[in-house]
Amino acid sequence: MAKKIYSTYPMVKYLRKEALPTALCPGCGGGTVLNAFANAVDQLKIDPKDLVVVSGIGCSAWIASPYFLADTLHTTHGRAIAFATGVKVGLPDKKVVVISGDGDLASIGGNHLLHAARRNIDITVILVNNFIYGMTGGQVAPTTPFGAKTTTSPYRNIEHPLQISETVAAAGASYVARWTTAHVYQLIESIKKALQVKGFSLVEVISQCPVQFGRRNRMKEPAEMLRWFLKNSVPVSKAKKMSPEELEGKFIIGEIINRQRPEFTEELNKLIDEVQEHFGLKGE
Amino acid sequence: MIIRGDEPEQVRLIRKLYKPGNYFMQGNEAVAYGAIFAGCRFYAGYPITPSSEIAETMARELPKLGGYYLQMEDEIGSIAAMVGASWTGFKVMTATAGPGFSLMQENLGYAVMTETPLVLVDVQRSGPSTGQATKGAQGDFFQARWGTHGDHPIIAVSPTSGQDAFWETIRAFNIAEKLRTPVVVLFDGVLAHTREQIRIPDIEEVEIAYRKLPQNEEEAKLPFGDPHGDGVPPMPLFGHGYFTHVTGSTHKENGLRDVYTPEVHDRLVRRIHRKIEQNREVYEKYEEHFTEDAEILVVSWGVTARPALGAVLKARKEGINVGLFVPKTVHPFPSERMRELAKKARAILVAEMNLGQMIIEVERYVNDDVLLRGVNRIGGVPLTVEEILREIRGVA
Ligand SMILES: Cc1ncc(C[n+]2csc(CCOP(=O)(O)OP(=O)(O)O)c2C)c(N)n1
Ligand code: SF4
Repeated sequence: MAKKIYSTYPMVKYLRKEALPTALCPGCGGGTVLNAFANAVDQLKIDPKDLVVVSGIGCSAWIASPYFLADTLHTTHGRAIAFATGVKVGLPDKKVVVISGDGDLASIGGNHLLHAARRNIDITVILVNNFIYGMTGGQVAPTTPFGAKTTTSPYRNIEHPLQISETVAAAGASYVARWTTAHVYQLIESIKKALQVKGFSLVEVISQCPVQFGRRNRMKEPAEMLRWFLKNSVPVSKAKKMSPEELEGKFIIGEIINRQRPEFTEELNKLIDEVQEHFGLKGE
Repeated sequence: MIIRGDEPEQVRLIRKLYKPGNYFMQGNEAVAYGAIFAGCRFYAGYPITPSSEIAETMARELPKLGGYYLQMEDEIGSIAAMVGASWTGFKVMTATAGPGFSLMQENLGYAVMTETPLVLVDVQRSGPSTGQATKGAQGDFFQARWGTHGDHPIIAVSPTSGQDAFWETIRAFNIAEKLRTPVVVLFDGVLAHTREQIRIPDIEEVEIAYRKLPQNEEEAKLPFGDPHGDGVPPMPLFGHGYFTHVTGSTHKENGLRDVYTPEVHDRLVRRIHRKIEQNREVYEKYEEHFTEDAEILVVSWGVTARPALGAVLKARKEGINVGLFVPKTVHPFPSERMRELAKKARAILVAEMNLGQMIIEVERYVNDDVLLRGVNRIGGVPLTVEEILREIRGVA
């Protein structure tokens, strides 16, 4: 069955066939993210030999590692960006991409996320925000909406969600955009931009987890969750004119930041050049 | 595919920068120069006493050699970055102490499971917790062995002087490369900060090993296989179009995750153990002094092996038949030689700067009729020759 579906799917050439079908639940937004990423790579004509994809631990961490056919590094929970930092310094001419969950990248891995943005290292992060810890059974996350129910906030969540994109933009990233899985074409465009930007880029994708989040918050059908995203999405430009009260519970979508700043691996190599020059160590 | 630090250009740079000869330097600097001579061109770390001079020396020297120093946001990030860099072909190192070593444990396990060569220097300091941050100790013997979770082998070496630290660091890199595994260097705060005469050799005098790379597509497709029967898979580096998948989860020979089949887990973890067990000649190392006729045996390691040798020399002058056994690779323990020596000894003293750790390992190889006693001290001041001598006299 699975074979048939995949054989008619044009992006299958980018997938590791022996790893299919994916372990994601039917209706999970992870499939959309994988599809969008594969399309972005395809449209930019990036040779997968020039890609290294790194992820942490969680359902979203599986989206590209192992399924995307490139060098893939599936690391420890929260640490993907730190692993990717070592990869990027070693392979500055390759595209190094991190695809992982909100819990992974913004909770346990929050420190690495902020510091990679501060350094402005040329890594593209696709952060899949499903408001929950999917893999471990639906516990509260730092992105869970105020008032939502999860297995560890069974009465209601009394913590405020982290605005990841805004935080990463403030930390110094070159490019930050946020979309939902209901905005696939915009998402592909943003991933393409992120892959081309020289510097740290983050694309936050608000994604449905019908199984762990939707089911406990009156949206057990994937489509209900997509409708919820569409109804509550506000473009960045419009959000600028709205008050914090009006923005409560809304998803601000679009480009949060797009700017040029000196990039880490370039600066590092420039520094090495200068030092070697200074000490007269350059080859004859 | 290339292992960085391996280019002929590097030999020219090392010759130009570091003239052979005697230098007056700290143990920590000796570790850093050892790493540089071994070919380390990537260092990621986070400052912590008493290890910081290793980072400082690497930050100063690596750029001259075209190498990379990264100060990461914490120790977890440091070892993570090292693993990433190692898969791109770098020889990599970090140095830490006490709390930092604790933080690195999860990813040390990751490096074991993914068979990633790296060198982790733990400059032991007093604990538990922040303890005496600036003081030396030998309290991480078991943390090195069992600090991370699961069934795993580990290799740890332990230098006994600044000069030794230079060579043992090189040896740690060679073991890591030959067996595609992380290697811990159990150094300590006392030697780290002691300045002494250290001889820097010519690069020609240094044996340098490189990891096995795949010879063909077939080998590259099985990054966790065992094509040569030595338990060590060739390592297909990232960026060469092999589409390698690396995961800390249980994986098959092709790298793909399979956490459900008991045999897959059994086969993988046993092979990782076998790789270490069956290659003892790559890493086993110990020193012996006067052991041929020793009725009393002193066993010691790292910083304490020096006053222990002093005590043994003095006791010999007094006519006491005492010998000294110093494991230089402390994990896996030189069990066979220990067992042989223990058979001949009437009393064994284990001297170390802790409340008794290596003695637990020694005890496993000693019969009940042997008097086994620890010579221990904590508080940050190393054991003295007199203290150890007194104990030797006590059992003579
Ligand atoms: C150090 C550590 N702590 C906890 C876990 C357990 N764990 C696995 S996945 C996960 C959460 C994943 O959440 P998220 O990143 O949001 O991904 P999702 O599954 O929702 O896609 C946790 C807590 C772990 N693997 N390692
Ligand atoms: S639990 Fe949620 S996030 Fe995980 S695969 Fe299922 S739907 Fe997706």
